[in-house]
Amino acid sequence: MAEIVVEKAIKRFGKFVAVDEVDLTVNDREFVVLLGPSGCGKTTLLRAIAGLGMLDEGRVMIGNRDVTYLPPKDRNISMVFQNYAIFPHMKVYDNIAFGLKMRKSPKEVVEERVQNAAKLLHIENMLDRYPGAMSGGQRQRVAVARAIAVESEVLLMDEPLSNLDALLRLEMRAELKSLLARLKATTIYVTHDQIEALSMGDRIAVMKQGQILQFDNPTRVYDLPANQFVGSFIGNPPMNFLRGQVQRDDGAIKVNIGDFHLSPPAEMNEPLRAYEGKSIFVGIRAENMETLASPAPDALAVMVEVVEPLGSQNLLTIRISEDILKVSTHPDFKVHAHETVYIRFPPAKIRWMDRDTGQAIAPSLDKVLA
Amino acid sequence: MTTLETPMNSTTTRPSMEATAADRNRAKRRHSIRRGSIYVLACLIALWILVPIWLIGTMAFSTPEDVRNYPKHFAPIPASTETMDFFLNTDGIQRAARNSIVVAIITLILSTLLAIPAGYAIARYLFPGRDAIRLGILSVRAFPIVVLAVPLAITFIKWDMYDKVYSLALMHTALTLPTTILVVASVFAGVPYELEEAARIFGCTPAKAFWKVVLPLAMPGIAAAAILTFVLSWNEVFAAILLTLTNRTLPAQILYTLDKSGDPFKFAGGFFMLIPSLIFIFFIRRYLFNMYGQLNK
Repeated sequence: MAEIVVEKAIKRFGKFVAVDEVDLTVNDREFVVLLGPSGCGKTTLLRAIAGLGMLDEGRVMIGNRDVTYLPPKDRNISMVFQNYAIFPHMKVYDNIAFGLKMRKSPKEVVEERVQNAAKLLHIENMLDRYPGAMSGGQRQRVAVARAIAVESEVLLMDEPLSNLDALLRLEMRAELKSLLARLKATTIYVTHDQIEALSMGDRIAVMKQGQILQFDNPTRVYDLPANQFVGSFIGNPPMNFLRGQVQRDDGAIKVNIGDFHLSPPAEMNEPLRAYEGKSIFVGIRAENMETLASPAPDALAVMVEVVEPLGSQNLLTIRISEDILKVSTHPDFKVHAHETVYIRFPPAKIRWMDRDTGQAIAPSLDKVLA
Repeated sequence: MTTLETPMNSTTTRPSMEATAADRNRAKRRHSIRRGSIYVLACLIALWILVPIWLIGTMAFSTPEDVRNYPKHFAPIPASTETMDFFLNTDGIQRAARNSIVVAIITLILSTLLAIPAGYAIARYLFPGRDAIRLGILSVRAFPIVVLAVPLAITFIKWDMYDKVYSLALMHTALTLPTTILVVASVFAGVPYELEEAARIFGCTPAKAFWKVVLPLAMPGIAAAAILTFVLSWNEVFAAILLTLTNRTLPAQILYTLDKSGDPFKFAGGFFMLIPSLIFIFFIRRYLFNMYGQLNK
């Protein structure tokens, strides 16, 4: 059992607060991704869990053991570094065996585990090479092999794919995911790449300015962002945010975009009532709108400004008063710039957000998230 | 609003943009002139240093008669070890050479052993007063030792350390330590900190990480620093004259007898003094530029 619990973690660098009272619980054998823009504190948090940078306040527990003040070697963890950090003066074999030798494992165990790890990462025929004679992708494999050879209960990964080129990254992503699924380690994976986070994690913790904004599974993080930042950071293109005016019309709440009325689903009536007469954000993803070529009563007529054919979809740029909207359409949908199309907003796919706080407006059951 | 699309016509020809053969030739010529002048400059600098060394080497292996004659030979033909023999068999030279080696080796060991922890601390840790200490180390280099000559001599006599080989080695350690520390610090700074962290993650204490990972990677650089220390001590003459009388080191001995000896002695002595520096350059050149390929910058 290696559940990781971080409680009220604070880490400062001078006056800058890198990690700001973070609570995080990672279940045994779970794969959690820390996602955020650079400088959001995700690596600092990971290093605190690894024991490479001591927290100013708060504590870290690994498998019910308080490790806050233990050196890294006593935490039963292993780690993959962003720049691989494999030892250039040792052959690949000795690099992979390093952790085991430091733990004074018997020779047969070392031999067996090194061979296994090397096989899993397809580097078994490179064991007597020096890292200097290897490519970036191969060094990355050595770094991962070294980390899994010790078979620790916790595996920490700090942007392991960020130094690889795009194609190799795509390939390694799938390979890593299938490899890590077979291991029994609790994994924390740091990245700034939202696609990596969505595709690999059991749960994603989205961080900004030292705080975790949302901690949820990829589908929920994508479909139900807790706030505007999460919606715009995750997804390509980012979630659209339109300004809408909340109005009561015969007891039912309506949200107006210009002259166009949106009818929120029934469960949103209650929370939206508080915003009556105020302006809110209507958040909707590019692929969740329906684009029609001919007018419909529940569709908004808009002028297309730019059409970008992206192969699998056509991305339309649309302006609605002052807001820019990105809409993706099927590549067969024929439209040119400066033509009029009609857009339907399925209410169930809309995320309503407070304009001042940027927080999602949610029915009370869901209030925990907000 | 108009629905007309602006015509896209990107294939308009622009004849003025096409490079002519004359343009190309001019660019090529400019390029080769620039390259050529860099080579000429590099050759001049190399000659500036190499010609005296070549002259000293040539003279050291010519016969004493040839050394005294003009014009000088351009190569040691006929070659002879007579001049070197004469120098090495001059009274006091062998003893002085032995002293020099002993002093330089003690200096090398002490200086390197002290510089490793000091250099590591400066390279790795942000401790209070780090910059002040760095500056202090540098200012020792800048300090004119002449000012200390009399007090030093008096102190050494008082402590009964005057005219001893080991006491000169201590003095040399003090003199070389700043340089050695700064060189060793830059060597440590070149070892990525992440490697140390990786070692600690995989079961090392900080001390063991240093021993297993940092030291092996820094070793070539430290070796170069040690040889540099050796050469600094080997060439040092002021403290050697100041602090010894009968136990002179080689440079002190040569300087002392210089005005009483002829050209063959001077050339042979000069060449003998040069050897460690030449060896040092051959060593250091391999290591300072490219340690372990691309991994360490």
